[in-house]
Amino acid sequence: MTDNFYNEVLLDHNLHPQHLHDLPCATCSHAGLNPSCGDEITLHLQVENNIVQSGSFTGVGCAISQASADIMLDLIIGRSKDEAMHLASLFKKMIAGEITDDELDELEEAGALQNISKMPARVKCAVLAWKTLELLLHESS
Amino acid sequence: MLKQDFPIFAAYPDTVYLDTSATSQKPKAVTDAVAQYYATENANPLRGLYDLSVRATDAYENARAAVRDFIHAHSTKEIIFTRNATESLNLVAYSWGRENLCRGDEILVAISEHHSNLVPWQIVSQKTGAKLRYLECDKTGLYTEESLRNALTPHTKIFAVAQISNVFGDLNPIQKFAEICHQNNTLIVCDGTQSVPHMPVDVQALDVDFLAFSGHKMYAPMGIGVLYGKRELLEEMPPFLSGGEMIEYVQRESATYAELPHKFEAGTVNVGGAVGLHAAINYINRIGFEQIQKLENDLTALAFAQMREIPGVQIIGAENAEQHHGIITFAVDGVHPHDIAAIFDADNVAIRAGHHCAQPLHQFLGVPSTARMSLGLYNDEQDIERFITTLKSVRRRMGYDG
Repeated sequence: MTDNFYNEVLLDHNLHPQHLHDLPCATCSHAGLNPSCGDEITLHLQVENNIVQSGSFTGVGCAISQASADIMLDLIIGRSKDEAMHLASLFKKMIAGEITDDELDELEEAGALQNISKMPARVKCAVLAWKTLELLLHESS
Repeated sequence: MLKQDFPIFAAYPDTVYLDTSATSQKPKAVTDAVAQYYATENANPLRGLYDLSVRATDAYENARAAVRDFIHAHSTKEIIFTRNATESLNLVAYSWGRENLCRGDEILVAISEHHSNLVPWQIVSQKTGAKLRYLECDKTGLYTEESLRNALTPHTKIFAVAQISNVFGDLNPIQKFAEICHQNNTLIVCDGTQSVPHMPVDVQALDVDFLAFSGHKMYAPMGIGVLYGKRELLEEMPPFLSGGEMIEYVQRESATYAELPHKFEAGTVNVGGAVGLHAAINYINRIGFEQIQKLENDLTALAFAQMREIPGVQIIGAENAEQHHGIITFAVDGVHPHDIAAIFDADNVAIRAGHHCAQPLHQFLGVPSTARMSLGLYNDEQDIERFITTLKSVRRRMGYDG
């Protein structure tokens, strides 16, 4: 019997992030900041032929912001920029509590963050990486 | 026991409130006094020539006299009512600072200052060309007399420092600091926000030039604060805000200003807040600082001793409980303060997480943010027990072993 505060998926990505490192081959980077809580991440992507070839993040933040960034990178690496933008819009829809079951399937592991929509104080933490992704892709096009 | 005096704990019997440094809860004596004022004495004070207005004026001025006695000021002319400590400190920075500082001068600010005693000085520095310098403490928050002496130059015009830091909880030797400053012809502006509610403060004994504090952190309503200033300084300072109440005589092109303290209280004032502050002072005096300090220091020691035994918990600041004065800021290895506060919230324990409005200090300490528990006179041993129980569970609930 565990008394974990967050679900296993979120805790695991926070404790063992795969994508928390520098990315020397990055073609673009963008910083994201939540000034009130102190979450700050920088997203690094290597985009070639419109495909996210690789990606990483650096910075510090709460478990929700860190796990969200790690899960996001799992999801978007290997996809086209359009697909990544589509997933970002689905993620924001999920956090707003407006997502359909089919759309939720598309988000795969990111669906583990669905109940953040019931924690208003933490919404900004969950969407930080995704908003930063949108800004980065918007700038790089 | 004193919890009974605070209606919020009857409304939320399961909530442990450990965020008094952010704002205190209000005793019934205070909220009753405010309601009573609005029910029986309310009118626009200081100008109406009728009975109710005179009553409102008396209520306001009696509150000012109570503040004078509470901090042992010489005169009610030295007590300016503001919205809060932030407004009080802005008043000093804008009115005294802009008038008296110029290029070549220096402003010295303690690195642990709350943004309210730091950002106004940054702005005055940019406007006047005076140089902003920082007095740095050691990692435990300690400022020495020697470090202050070394930091002062013939150009230092003012030193800004809190009596008790809202992060470290340590008590600065303000009387000694004032003496050192005055030997150098430097003024000292002291932020008393975290000290005035918890210990006796005597502005004449400390010999500070300015002292600022907020009502809402000392059991009074939000929206009422105090600036104490030495009369000879206040007399020479230009008004901060302008409009009604602060004038003596107005012509088309110019005006003469009202006498102290009204010169600095433009517009209709917050009588309800002042009445609440008066009631809060009466409440504190009725309990007495001797009992308040014993209660808060005993609970600080109880929490401190247990926190030190918990693996992965780091206390920020001094290594002895006596230096913490009801404020214990801490970090938990591998857990972001936001998650710490969320776990405490799930257990109905209210603590603060973040940078506590002291970002330059956190940069100096090399930590992005921290968590903080802070005490008021209503806290008890059960509160500390609940706090420690949750703190012990934090790493486990974040998925760490053990």
